[in-house]
Amino acid sequence: MNPEAKAFMIGVCREYGSDRTRLMDIVRRIQEQERHVSLEAMELIAEELGIESVEVRSLVSFYSFFSEKPQGKIVIRVCNDVVDLMQGGAEVSRAFEAALGILVGQTTADGKFTLEHTPCIGMCDQAPAILVNHVVCTRLSAAQVPRMVEILKRTGDPQALVTQYGGGNNEDERIRSMVQNSIRREGEVLLAPREAEAGLRQAVAMQPEDVVRSIKDAGLRGCGGAGFPTGMKWEFTRKAAGDRKFLICNADEGEPGTFKDRVLLTEKFDLLCEGMAVAGYAIGAQEGIIYLRGEYAYLQAFLESILARRRKEGLLGTEILGQKGFDFDIRIQMGGGAYICGEESALISSCEGLRGDPKTRPPFPAQKGYLGCPTSVNNVETLCTVACILERGADAYRALGTSQSAGTKLLSVSGDCEWPGIYEFPFGVSLHEILQECGATDAQAVLVGGPSGTFVDPAQFNRTICFSDLSTGGAVVVFGPHRNLLRIAGEYLDFFIEESCGYCTPCRAGTVLMKQRFEEVLAGRGNQSDLDYLVELGRTIKSTSRCGLGQTACNPVLTTIANFRPLYSALQKAPDDNHKASFDIYGALRDHEALAGRTSEIFPHTN
Amino acid sequence: MDKPKLATCSLAGCFGCHMSILDIDERILDLVDLVDFDKSPINDKKAFTDRCLVGLLEGGCSTEENVHVLESFRNSCDILISVGACAITGGIPAMRNNIPLTECLSEAYLDGPTVYNPGRVLPSDPEIPLCLNNVYPCHEVVKIDYFLPGCPPSADTIWEGLVALLSGKPLDLPYQLVKYD
Repeated sequence: MNPEAKAFMIGVCREYGSDRTRLMDIVRRIQEQERHVSLEAMELIAEELGIESVEVRSLVSFYSFFSEKPQGKIVIRVCNDVVDLMQGGAEVSRAFEAALGILVGQTTADGKFTLEHTPCIGMCDQAPAILVNHVVCTRLSAAQVPRMVEILKRTGDPQALVTQYGGGNNEDERIRSMVQNSIRREGEVLLAPREAEAGLRQAVAMQPEDVVRSIKDAGLRGCGGAGFPTGMKWEFTRKAAGDRKFLICNADEGEPGTFKDRVLLTEKFDLLCEGMAVAGYAIGAQEGIIYLRGEYAYLQAFLESILARRRKEGLLGTEILGQKGFDFDIRIQMGGGAYICGEESALISSCEGLRGDPKTRPPFPAQKGYLGCPTSVNNVETLCTVACILERGADAYRALGTSQSAGTKLLSVSGDCEWPGIYEFPFGVSLHEILQECGATDAQAVLVGGPSGTFVDPAQFNRTICFSDLSTGGAVVVFGPHRNLLRIAGEYLDFFIEESCGYCTPCRAGTVLMKQRFEEVLAGRGNQSDLDYLVELGRTIKSTSRCGLGQTACNPVLTTIANFRPLYSALQKAPDDNHKASFDIYGALRDHEALAGRTSEIFPHTN
Repeated sequence: MDKPKLATCSLAGCFGCHMSILDIDERILDLVDLVDFDKSPINDKKAFTDRCLVGLLEGGCSTEENVHVLESFRNSCDILISVGACAITGGIPAMRNNIPLTECLSEAYLDGPTVYNPGRVLPSDPEIPLCLNNVYPCHEVVKIDYFLPGCPPSADTIWEGLVALLSGKPLDLPYQLVKYD
């Protein structure tokens, strides 16, 4: 290793106080500068931090944005999410392969380019999309690719690909992105006009206990997908023993088909900071962390500058709004490209500088979370809503939506529809209404809640978005009549196989077994017993995995079996005679027949 | 009424499960009151003569002959039970599944440290069944109705399982019989 690189790495470690818990930041900086984290670098970091180098390696190998092998100066990540593939993502991949002369997963010989696939980058409403280092390019076609590669070769600057900005704050000089917000429906809460900082002013005029009570009275439930009552989570955190408490904002939306938090971060970041300060005040936390998914790094400079401005304005830092004893600040923790880190305990692991492994519960984060301190982890949308609730009162919020699901929900609508984008609806809205508004007249299916949610068939389009019916973190993906739904379910299953952290065997191995049998069924070699097996295996994986990923990983298969049975029945060509059509005796004998130079006597080849 | 018929076989197994069947000791006298044995190594009957109610399967499928026997059991028995780890998962023989068949046979017949085979001939007499590329658990080849786990399942497990099936009562195996750690 050359002396400059060594000095740089030691400098980065020291910049973070050689603090082991900041390993994510240290590795990220070194990856960006050196284009990889070599074994030598890992040893150097480990020595500087006083840990074993295998601990560094376990982190580097876990996150898809870090690599042990040198990557190109420019890394092109083509999104291969289902929606992107539906809109030509595969052609875009092939065009990049052709233009660069390498395959996906490879680096050019001159070390300039690396080409990779990446799961959903939160741009389903403007698919197909790619990440070029941190720069997002959207609505691509294969025809544009040669010109893009030519520009990159000439300038070496991904930003040179952006010729048009996407509107709203995407035009801000600190973002300068072609990403579009596509806000299609501004509802009564989050996207409605409001008075800045009114929620925070209201909060500091109240006792912290009363703030918690008012969030409870409003009936707010977590908007990330799980729907846990926010007030209750805050109360647990507030009452938990310990002086040092944390508030973490989960901005790691990785559920394929979800992009609502991206729009809130772009357009409503002050509202989020306001909500976080309210939450910090309510639970007695002085430190807040925003865990921002690595794919949204293009927003980082913009968000940091708003945080700095708020500190100057007395809205962050010590004695917020002049209130003695109300100290609260926020730092941004960048993620490294791992879906599992959207799960709150994995997210905490990641903030602590570890692999994004979920933790065993109990203890829940409210008792023992980040660095062992009581921690409340809340979604971006939840925290934004908090500020709105305090501004207008719990009753006004509760009056919206249904009796069990108060307020409004942001939906990220994409797929086969006329107007993909962000919609804010009151809870209780039916799929019919959503489809009508987004211009999808002939949907064959709607995926509510992303692949960990439910595939819903047209007979059930009168079902509603709410916690007692179709609960969702916000993803709504529409599939038109020409799509092969089961093929799509299989692609979503591939996503979970890739993103499983590997800790629980049922999730790591069970999902692979499920895919194998599912492929047999798709190839027409399955029968009723194979469907029974899939359902049974799905139940086992669900009940024996410790986090939400494993508990929902089989939903693409299970919910299509439940709601689209005729599609499976149409594939069952094999006779139900108790012999497995999926067992191929001729294939199984091929190797030995070749070696022995004879064919089987017992199973003669009939043709 | 005729007694129901029982058949057993050992595919790619070690006969340990059959030993465990014999371990039911004097209860074998009760068993012959309940059933007649058809094709089975226990009475050395080589072929089916009657349709059977139950077939007990030991071992998975490693060769074409295993598949052939398993299929004949499926065709001749109403109910098939995979008995023991090898029938259920492939077991010890399935350890070869991570090694290509060519390498397995080379090690056994050509390049193993104790092999003397100057002509480098792989056995290929039609009398010797061909190996499958992998060892398969029985349920990947035919439908299996029940599974009795263990290596081998204890005599009590096999006895309780059979009696419950023959008498139409629910099977209630004590935890100790299906606990392996």
